[in-house]
Amino acid sequence: MADRLASLGTAVLALLLTALVTAGALLVGGYDPVVGLSALVGGAVGSPDVFLSITLVRSVPLILTGLAVAVAFRAGVWNIGAEGQLYAGAVAAVWVGLHLPDLPALILVPLVLGVSVAAGALWAWVPTLMKLRLGVGEVITTLLMNFVAIHMAAWVVHGPMQEARGVFPQTDPVSETARLPTMISGTRLHLGFLLALLLAAALWVVVRFTRAGFAVRAVGASAEAARISGRVPVERVVFWVFLVSGAVAGLAGGVEISGVTYALYEGLSPGWGYTAIAVALLAGLNPLGVVLTGLFFGALQGGAGAMQRNAGIPAVWVNAVEALVILSVLAVDQLRRRVDWGQLLEGGDGGSAVEAQEGSAGARTEGPAPQGAVRG
Amino acid sequence: MGELAAWTAFLEASVRLGVPLGLAAMGETITERSGVINIGLEGSLIAGALGGALGGLAWGSAGLGVGAGALAGLLAALVFAAFAVGLNTDQIITGTAVTLGGLGVTGAVYQARFGATGTALTLPTLAPLPLPVLSDIPLVGPALFAQAPTAYLAYLLAPLLGWFVYRTEWGLELRAVGEEPDAAQAAGVRVRWVRFWATLFGGALAGIAGAHLALAHAGTFAENMSAGRGFIAIAVVVLGRWNPVLVLLAALFFGAASALQFFLQTLGLDLPYQLFLALPYLLTLAALAGWVGRARAPAALALPWPEDEG
Repeated sequence: MADRLASLGTAVLALLLTALVTAGALLVGGYDPVVGLSALVGGAVGSPDVFLSITLVRSVPLILTGLAVAVAFRAGVWNIGAEGQLYAGAVAAVWVGLHLPDLPALILVPLVLGVSVAAGALWAWVPTLMKLRLGVGEVITTLLMNFVAIHMAAWVVHGPMQEARGVFPQTDPVSETARLPTMISGTRLHLGFLLALLLAAALWVVVRFTRAGFAVRAVGASAEAARISGRVPVERVVFWVFLVSGAVAGLAGGVEISGVTYALYEGLSPGWGYTAIAVALLAGLNPLGVVLTGLFFGALQGGAGAMQRNAGIPAVWVNAVEALVILSVLAVDQLRRRVDWGQLLEGGDGGSAVEAQEGSAGARTEGPAPQGAVRG
Repeated sequence: MGELAAWTAFLEASVRLGVPLGLAAMGETITERSGVINIGLEGSLIAGALGGALGGLAWGSAGLGVGAGALAGLLAALVFAAFAVGLNTDQIITGTAVTLGGLGVTGAVYQARFGATGTALTLPTLAPLPLPVLSDIPLVGPALFAQAPTAYLAYLLAPLLGWFVYRTEWGLELRAVGEEPDAAQAAGVRVRWVRFWATLFGGALAGIAGAHLALAHAGTFAENMSAGRGFIAIAVVVLGRWNPVLVLLAALFFGAASALQFFLQTLGLDLPYQLFLALPYLLTLAALAGWVGRARAPAALALPWPEDEG
């Protein structure tokens, strides 16, 4: 309980710090921080429609990629490649959606999402093999795979899958039967949101209560200790965690195609796969927490548009705010660890905020030593 | 175009595209030798590009612009170092934040200064400076020695940094900090201090690389113009096995892979442009798979120090 309170405290403190620094920066930039921040908040949660159709819809890819990152980091697998895996999933989804338009929705929608899952896993499989077989660290290989995926998607929409009109670099929209139904009529909120929630719950249960989840946490805490104990097959855990992470990120791409855009175009993702790192980190790598932080970042990105329209503050500010959130969490977490407020306030052992809230084997911010992540 | 001219053009483009990568990667080599991996290099690059553009514009001199770019890149690295070295936060996560922040802040500053649509900037250009005699050598002369001055900086730095890392007392301390920080500290080396400066040096070089992009390549600044080069530079460090000279060669290899598209176009091959854009990344992956398995990174790379604080 002390841990839980402490981690909540860290999150609140970090967000306060972020708001303060942002307000200061807006002031320096010659904007009115009150107008700016209220436009941001209004654009995110100002009305039920804005909340459902903008914030919730934007949070879906962030929750999904956030889950992908959280699961990987939990096992000390530094998958920075959610962006590329998302694109791989999107390309596969739109391909199936365009080529099998006559299938009924009950078959086609799961098929579209299924191939996006497979494509994401396949995209993660390359760096997985390079890590396990050749000892090439995954930080660099997943980053490189991102660029390959982005250029591949660009080629696809300029070349083999360009719309029939041949005007814009985008595909034709997929058929009605390839689209996720909306959850609430009159809004743009699609079933992918529910899917993301269910997946988060499922991953939370697996990580927390199952043998596999224990193995993941053990490898994340210390791969060496896990290996020495002889009870955890470290390489197998890394292999499957990496593929699952890629699969979930791939699903994010499939859901975006099937639920929001219905077509693939260049720049489909404004960097969700990278924001996902902040989403996962702020959630303490806890799948349920990812839902909350995904919503938070979804609100930020949703509100950014309104901030630009109504307060004249460029939406690109949100990138800087996201960076501030990460840095604030890191700083507050480190300082708290040194001062050990947990002990002072609660007499508890004051674990880290970003530390897994579920137990001692969990991943901390700097917990999962990047075993071989960056090493050759 | 004659065949020789085509080859010269290919080599020239290889060097032109390889130089900014080489500068950033050589800086990152020094950083990583101290046990710090700075994924925020992309942030330093884009900061350097904007700094170079603003400096060049303010003072009307591309040379001063490069200086401003170095300073901007250093500032971004200072943020990274304050957290990752000073507070001992996780290097990968901190670096990701610095990259995100760098793209955000430069975009915001650019839009505040030049409007949302972004007026086309006309910057003083960092023009090619053909070296007498050397640039007259057939084939390689125009390719190697009719480049922007930043290219000559890269040529000079490679052997200089190689000498520094392997032959000097400071270089020994740098490597000791990256391999065995505890032992280095016991021997009287100030571990944090070394890591701090190695990180700032890397940031400054990445800033120069960014300024080169704005002033020598594009002649303007555009949001996100670093386009992932900071990440590629980190891969190039691995390709070059943390040896400054090999790192520059690896950067030129990547530059050649990028220049291949122009070369094959002049030969009349009509292959999809986007696949050529992906080619350098694929080749780098292949190269990593092919021979890097045998390379060894600094032992303490990416690990917090002291460990009990991390």
